[in-house]
Amino acid sequence: MANDAVVDKGRRRFLTATTAVVGGAGVVAAVIPFIKTWEPSAAAKSAGAPVEADISKIEPGQKVTFAWRGLPVFVVNRTKPQLDTLATVDSLLKDPKSENTDQQPDYAKNEYRSIKPEWLVVTGICTHLGCVPDFFPDLKPEPFDPNWKGGFYCPCHKSRYDMSGRVYDGVPAPANLQVPPYKFLDEKRIMIGVNPTEGAA
Amino acid sequence: MGTTFVRLHPRNKVLGWIEDRLPWLSFLSAHTSGYYAPKNFNLWYYFGSFALVVLVNQIVTGIFLTMFYKPNAAEAFASVEYIMRDVDWGWLVRYMHSTGASLFFVVVYLHMFRGLMYGSYKKPRELLWIIGMLIFLALMAEAFMGYVLPWGNMSFWGAKVIISLFGAVPVIGDTLVTWIMGDYLPADATLNRFFALHVVALPLVLILLVVLHIGALHEVGSNNPDGIEIKDKKKPDGTPLDGIAFHPYYTVKDLFGTGFFLLLAAFIIFYAPTFGGWFLEHDNFIPANNLATPEHIKPVWYFTPFYAMLRMIPAKLPGVIVMFLGIVLLFFMPWLDRGIVKSVRYRGLGYKIALGLFAISFVMLGAVGAGVTAEKIPEWFGAGADVTTIENAFGRFWLIVYFGFFAFLVFYTWWGKEKTRPVPDRVTTHA
Repeated sequence: MANDAVVDKGRRRFLTATTAVVGGAGVVAAVIPFIKTWEPSAAAKSAGAPVEADISKIEPGQKVTFAWRGLPVFVVNRTKPQLDTLATVDSLLKDPKSENTDQQPDYAKNEYRSIKPEWLVVTGICTHLGCVPDFFPDLKPEPFDPNWKGGFYCPCHKSRYDMSGRVYDGVPAPANLQVPPYKFLDEKRIMIGVNPTEGAA
Repeated sequence: MGTTFVRLHPRNKVLGWIEDRLPWLSFLSAHTSGYYAPKNFNLWYYFGSFALVVLVNQIVTGIFLTMFYKPNAAEAFASVEYIMRDVDWGWLVRYMHSTGASLFFVVVYLHMFRGLMYGSYKKPRELLWIIGMLIFLALMAEAFMGYVLPWGNMSFWGAKVIISLFGAVPVIGDTLVTWIMGDYLPADATLNRFFALHVVALPLVLILLVVLHIGALHEVGSNNPDGIEIKDKKKPDGTPLDGIAFHPYYTVKDLFGTGFFLLLAAFIIFYAPTFGGWFLEHDNFIPANNLATPEHIKPVWYFTPFYAMLRMIPAKLPGVIVMFLGIVLLFFMPWLDRGIVKSVRYRGLGYKIALGLFAISFVMLGAVGAGVTAEKIPEWFGAGADVTTIENAFGRFWLIVYFGFFAFLVFYTWWGKEKTRPVPDRVTTHA
C-alpha cells in the first residue's frame, strides 16, 4: 500500500468477510476427517458378523447367553407355565403388545415376541442404560417385587422385564428388551444377526 | 484491577537484561506481592490452593503412570497390576493419583460450597464463577475417563452407562453413542481415545481454565467471609485498607494449610488407599467383562448425587435432562439469586436454611446414588420392605429439596422477601 493511500473501508470489510468465510469453510472441511476417525473402524465393523448358536442343550426353563457383536444375546427355553404367565401381566407393562417397532423385527411382534413360542431370543441389554439384566425365572416373591411372575431384573437401576423381555411400567427403562434379527437353521441351531428371509451372510 | 503492576529493574545484569525483554519478574510480583486479598480469610479459603496442589500432583503422578500403563483393552488391566506389583514404588505413584482424584473432588466441592456461602458468584464475580463451573465440568470428564483406563469391570460398565446417556439425545442418539465408543460396545477403540483425552486434551483444557480462573480472580479481587468489597476503602498508597499482599501473607498461610492437607492425604495413601471401596471400588479389581454386569453398578462417590438424580426419574430422556439441569442451574446462580447481600453472615434466615438443606440434599442424594439407602432400608424397615418404593420416595424428596433451593432463591430474592442484617463497613476479625 502506498504511504499516503486512503483506506477503502468497504473494500477492506468485503475482503475480511470473504476471507473469513472461505477460511471458515476450510476449517470445517478439515475437521471432518478428524471426526470421522471416531467412527467404528473397518475391523470393528467386520467383527459384527452374524453368529451361529447351538440351542439343543438348553433345558426347559434355562437361559444361555451367546455373544453377538460383543452384546450378550439371551436364548431362553421357556416352559409352559412361564408362557402362561405372559398374558396375566399385560396390565402392568408399558408396551404389552410390542408396538414399539424398533424393539423387534416384525416376525417377533407377537404375544411371545419370538418366532417359536418357547424360544425367546433377546439382546440382554437393559434399554435404560445398557446394563445386563439378571434372569429370575421363578414364580416366587423377590426382594424387588413381592408378586414376581418371572423375568429379568436389571441390577443397575432396577428395571424389570417379564418372561418375554417386556418392560414393566414405572421403571426407568423406556422400552422392551430388543429382539435381534435371528433365524432357525434347523431344530438345533439358530443364526443370530440375520433375518429368516436372508442368506447366511 | 486487583493487582498492581510495577515495572521491576533487577540489579543483577542478566536478570535485568531478561526483564527488559520479557518482564516475567514484574508479572510474578504483580500477581503475588502486588495482589491484595482481604485480611479476614478463614479456613474455607484454603480449598482453592489445595485444588492447585492436587492438580500439580495429578499431572506429575499422571506423567509417571503413562510411562508404565498400556492403553490397550488386552493389556490395560494387567499393566495396572504391573505398576502395583512390579514397578518400584509404582503402587505409591498410582495411589497418589487415585487418592488425588477423590481429594480433588473433596476440595472442589468445599470450594464451591464456600462460594455459595459467601456469595462469591455475585457481581462482579459472575464470570469467575462460570469459569469455575467449567473447571468442574472438565474435571468430571477427566475423572470419568481416568476411571475407565484400568479397564476393570466397573470401568467397563461405568463407561457403558455414562456413554449410553448420550443415547437419550433424540434422533441421533444411537449414532452418537457408536461414534463416541468407536465400536458397538466400549472396546479397545474407546479405551484408547479416552486415554488420549485423559492424558493430553483435557489436562490442557483444565490448565487453560485454571489460568483463566486465576486471571479473572485477580481482576475482580477475592471475596471474603463478610462479602464486602475491600476495594471500596483504600489506604493513601492506593492499596485496599483491609487487604494484605498475597505474598508473603497468604503464601505462608496456604503453605501451612497444605502441610495439614498433605498429612491427611498421606494417611489415606498409606493406610486406606481404597477408602473401604469408596475411592477404588471393589468391582474394579475384576477385569472388564462385557457379558457380566457387576451386581451393583455405581459410580465413584463424587458422581453419586448426580447419578441418584438420574435414577430417581423413571424415564430415560427426562432423567438425563434432570441430571444435567442439576449442574447447569449452578451456572446461573449469579442471576437466580438477586439478593444484594453476599455473605450468609448477613443474609436472611431463609437463605441460611435453604443453603443448609441444599447441602444436606446433595449428601443424601449421594447416599442414594452410592446404594447406601438400598442397603440400609431392609435393616430399618424389615426384610420384607419394598426397597424400590421407599428408596424412590426418599430420593425424590431430596431431589425436590435440591431443585427447590434454586426455585426458592428466585421467589425469595426477586420479590424482596429477604430480611437481611446490616453489612458492616469493614471486614470483621476475631482479634
